[in-house]
Amino acid sequence: MYIYDQYDQKIVDERVAQFRDQTARFLSGQISDAEFLPLRLQNGLYLQRQAPMLRIAVPYGLMNSAQLRKLASITRNYDKGYAHISTRQNIQLNWPALAEVPDILAELATVQMHAIQTSGNCVRNTTTDQFAGVACDELEDPRPYCEIIRQWSTLHPEFAFLPRKFKIAVCGSMEDRAAIHHHDIGIELVANDAGEIGLKILVGGGLGRTPAIGAVVCPWLDKKHMLTYLEAILRVYNKHGRRDNKYKARIKILVKAMGVEAFTAAVEQEWSALKDGPTTLTNEEFLRASSFFESPAYEQIDTQIAASELQTQCEKDPIFANWVKRNTQRHRVPGYRIVSISLKATGYAPGDITAEQLELVAELSDCYSFGEVRSTHEQNLVLGDVQISQLYTLWRQLQGAGLATANIGYLTDIICCPGGDYCSLANAKSLPVAEAIQVRFENLDYVYDLGPLELNISGCMNACGHHHIGHIGILGVDKKGQEYYQICLGGSQSKDASIGNILGPSFKQEDMPDVIDTILSTYVELREEEEHFLDTYRRVGIDPFKERVYASAD
Amino acid sequence: MPRLIKNGEIVNDSWIAADPNNAGASAGRICTLQQWLQLPDKEGSAVQLEPGEEPTALLDSLDLIQLVVIHFPVFTDGRGFSYGRNLREHGYRGELRASGYFLRDQLTYLRRCGFDAFRFDDDSQLEGALASMKDFTEYYQASIDQPLPLFRRRPQSTH
Repeated sequence: MYIYDQYDQKIVDERVAQFRDQTARFLSGQISDAEFLPLRLQNGLYLQRQAPMLRIAVPYGLMNSAQLRKLASITRNYDKGYAHISTRQNIQLNWPALAEVPDILAELATVQMHAIQTSGNCVRNTTTDQFAGVACDELEDPRPYCEIIRQWSTLHPEFAFLPRKFKIAVCGSMEDRAAIHHHDIGIELVANDAGEIGLKILVGGGLGRTPAIGAVVCPWLDKKHMLTYLEAILRVYNKHGRRDNKYKARIKILVKAMGVEAFTAAVEQEWSALKDGPTTLTNEEFLRASSFFESPAYEQIDTQIAASELQTQCEKDPIFANWVKRNTQRHRVPGYRIVSISLKATGYAPGDITAEQLELVAELSDCYSFGEVRSTHEQNLVLGDVQISQLYTLWRQLQGAGLATANIGYLTDIICCPGGDYCSLANAKSLPVAEAIQVRFENLDYVYDLGPLELNISGCMNACGHHHIGHIGILGVDKKGQEYYQICLGGSQSKDASIGNILGPSFKQEDMPDVIDTILSTYVELREEEEHFLDTYRRVGIDPFKERVYASAD
Repeated sequence: MPRLIKNGEIVNDSWIAADPNNAGASAGRICTLQQWLQLPDKEGSAVQLEPGEEPTALLDSLDLIQLVVIHFPVFTDGRGFSYGRNLREHGYRGELRASGYFLRDQLTYLRRCGFDAFRFDDDSQLEGALASMKDFTEYYQASIDQPLPLFRRRPQSTH
């Protein structure tokens, strides 16, 4: 993974010192609430219902074991002993004290971490595929591109006071695991006719109040132009994005208002002044960035022996066999598997992880996965490089810590924002709904029979729980002071991206498990053979679901 | 006399503030964009841009202009950062001044976008603001005060 040199360290250290001074000035009354707001947000700090919330950046979801141990110690010393993985691969602390946040940032800086631009109207943490570098369907590793974007966007002087937040995601594989169609800028690595890898640039995707799928503004861009082109897009947005209404301020609204063609022309115009300037990337820079993501020292493994041993272990222990089937994935190197660690055990808030669990995962990553861990936008963790022969030992240790729930990609692997229990923006609670659904569908055989199913819950229109792109999406709404829940069906975060359609009037919290049950049994009746939920929905449309759900409600 | 930070020092402001209601041009007064466009002779002129007024109209006269003021009615409106950078990228070499309600915490960003003068609506904290200009000493991006991005300045990697 990327390792700081003295330049990176200096920038982060100076940022910590700056924020320490800003916090001191705020606490002594020299800075008003309104002035402190963007300063603290750009250091990841929200003032929430119960306490401040600190969002720590995990650049493109990659961490090492030393960082996990530091996070564990921070949650113990400054918080309540647990942390939360966000839907943008970041890590959130729910209970820090404002006056101690500069100390937390200083501790993070000792392990090359920070909270820069994890919130605020600026370029946020760039996200990518959690299986980057190990996936079988990868054209090129997206992480060097992400790191180059991270450095360019960090404390960029021109783009710190944009009309609204700005999110970039990069995908380097056949399957899109980074939801690039739903970002302000989505970058897909693609080959041109000559086989050279370049960038397809999408602009104006997003969730929130006005969900939109990104439009292609450049079908293939030479990678050396990546930063100047991004700079041109940001400049058009900074100059022309709406600032009169925060709900119409995202770049998707500007792209819609101008039209994709006019928007693209404006970008090309700005780009003509920046193109081939000093920000044009050099081969040396790509080589430098790539050098941090080279393959670790994989062992030559006799895959036949490994496979037959695994077979024997699976036959002896069906629970292990099931976990292997559900929570591990093929690795591009024979003899290795990609292991997903589910943070979706029933009874625990989706994405939450305790200090002890963080330390255990750190230990396991050191023993079995070259000391690296990835966070996912589905709010789970991944050990990217596990030898098949070590899966059983690994699983036993995960199981002992409640980290072996075999539900990755299934109904109960719910994406869920912190909701009204923590977040001051929320209209409704989301965690109890997630838990009620997990409790109702505890029968794993039924859950597996349903096949791959993404259920996403957001507590408000800001859509941190990505409800629009869940196969089933749930949105908390406020109806005259009461918490209600609206359902949408048919969303997809993949390359066949789509935005879910609203089923109809919203429901009370206590009715939600029944409503989900009705939707699922309707699907089971209508599906043909092994058809997945999304395919059935796309074939039959929303009406059969609507009829059944609202008929049973009457 | 109002004070401002210019080239890293606190100095008195010798310019008279822009006044959209005063139609006649007078020596030493900053023009609004409308007034400036009507100036017959732009030699030694000073012009103030509001958010939404891109510097496009100025680009042909950059050598004649002595002062461009970018007004920040509110510090969260970041359009002026792009305007400033635009002007410098097109070769403007006169004084580039941020004026209005912005924060000392934005000074390094402004300086990096090409601003060399800062006039706060509230000039009671200028000494503190001077300190904020030294918040950062290293940067990743190319900018007006450092035309090469860090990746072109890093010593050959020893990684």
